[in-house]
Amino acid sequence: MKPPRFEYHAPRSVDETVELLGRYGGDAKVLAGGQSLMPMLNFRLARPAALVDVNRIPALAYVREEDGAVALGAMTRQRTIEFSPVVARRLPLLHEATRWVGHLPIRSRGTIGGSLAHADPSAEYPAVLTALDGEVVAQGPRGRRTLRGPELFETYLTTRLAPDELLVEVRLPAMAAGAGFAFEEFARRHGDFAIVGIAAMIVRDGARCRTARLAAAGTGPVPARLRAAEEILEREGLGAAAIEAAAARASELVEPDSDVHASADYRRHLTGVLTARALRRALERAG
Amino acid sequence: MSEPVAVRLTVNGMPREGRCAPRKLLVDFLREDLALTGTHVGCEHGICGACTILVGGEAARACLMLAVQADGAEITTVEGLMTDGVLHPLQEAFRRHHGLQCGFCTPGMLLTALDLLRVKPEPTEAEIREGLSAVLCRCTGYHGIVKAVQAAAPVLRQRASGGEGGMGSPRGPRG
Repeated sequence: MKPPRFEYHAPRSVDETVELLGRYGGDAKVLAGGQSLMPMLNFRLARPAALVDVNRIPALAYVREEDGAVALGAMTRQRTIEFSPVVARRLPLLHEATRWVGHLPIRSRGTIGGSLAHADPSAEYPAVLTALDGEVVAQGPRGRRTLRGPELFETYLTTRLAPDELLVEVRLPAMAAGAGFAFEEFARRHGDFAIVGIAAMIVRDGARCRTARLAAAGTGPVPARLRAAEEILEREGLGAAAIEAAAARASELVEPDSDVHASADYRRHLTGVLTARALRRALERAG
Repeated sequence: MSEPVAVRLTVNGMPREGRCAPRKLLVDFLREDLALTGTHVGCEHGICGACTILVGGEAARACLMLAVQADGAEITTVEGLMTDGVLHPLQEAFRRHHGLQCGFCTPGMLLTALDLLRVKPEPTEAEIREGLSAVLCRCTGYHGIVKAVQAAAPVLRQRASGGEGGMGSPRGPRG
């Protein structure tokens, strides 16, 4: 099918974008990379009065290292992230997760801001934002505000951004040198959304685990931070028994729904299996 | 504005222009307004990859872009691969290795594989299969397609080192 009729705007600045979004009062959609919104338009699942295309705002695309963090402009393409040396060095978990996002032709257009603002809980970037305790910057008519990852996601495909706010930047704390990490995912076909995905990061201190981070995609209405499983590792270290215990705890922490792709029980099972796999691989990589 | 807008772009090295409603998909603009019917329309939601073209040298779905978004862009379609009546080495490899059956996915396969070989000039078979998973072949004739891409890789490497074949510089390891 083809998109329904809409008013089309391609503003050249964030201020102009915010002004346009305000004018339509929630009846406009921001067009970023379009890899999720365009299918919804083509199938007429979305029928906004207007599209505000932010692809003509080059100032929204950048990757910058800033005192212990990496700031990514919302319109930074997934493909840019895939090949960014800064991301490979400072955020290897984001780098690895990117290869699970669709396919290269999808990543040529898809953006980090678009993926987060779309808030699909089975997508990879929301899980990475959650695992790394990142934040996003939104700009509205009254200026900018910062939201922590968990504050951004309200439920399926729904964020806490106001209708006249634009997500402009994503900030992720740089991973510690020597941090172990892994992104594990199961999907029916490569490039599909995850049935379950697990983002893991560990920082070891000899046999001890100084920091553990675990987040799941595809296990509920928002990405799940698996804090109680992290605590097992931080308390008991990174031995095989601790990893098994953390994985078992992870599968208890999620509250997935059943749908056409998988049952809730299967998703719970996968959460445990993939958590163990991700932790073992993260451990192999940890310095 | 939902009235027709002017779209000016470069397609296969030639300046082209047209007017269309903002809701017109780029793939439909190429086919209907520019009469470039080599790019195929399959699923219209980014899954099948039949409509894959190069935008600024990078593979992208033409069904997930509006024509108006391509204003000012440089585009390569399957029609741009041949030079002076000679098949592109990748097309030649598809011909030789039986890389097509019904041909519906072929334009998307070619442009996806071209982008893949620019990003990874020496791909393993697994990397080729992962890269080609971006396009669905409804005949399931993947075997020949994988063989064709394997065969084309060294030819394209040689061509690249000879300084030929500039179609924009995609973002990749060296881009």
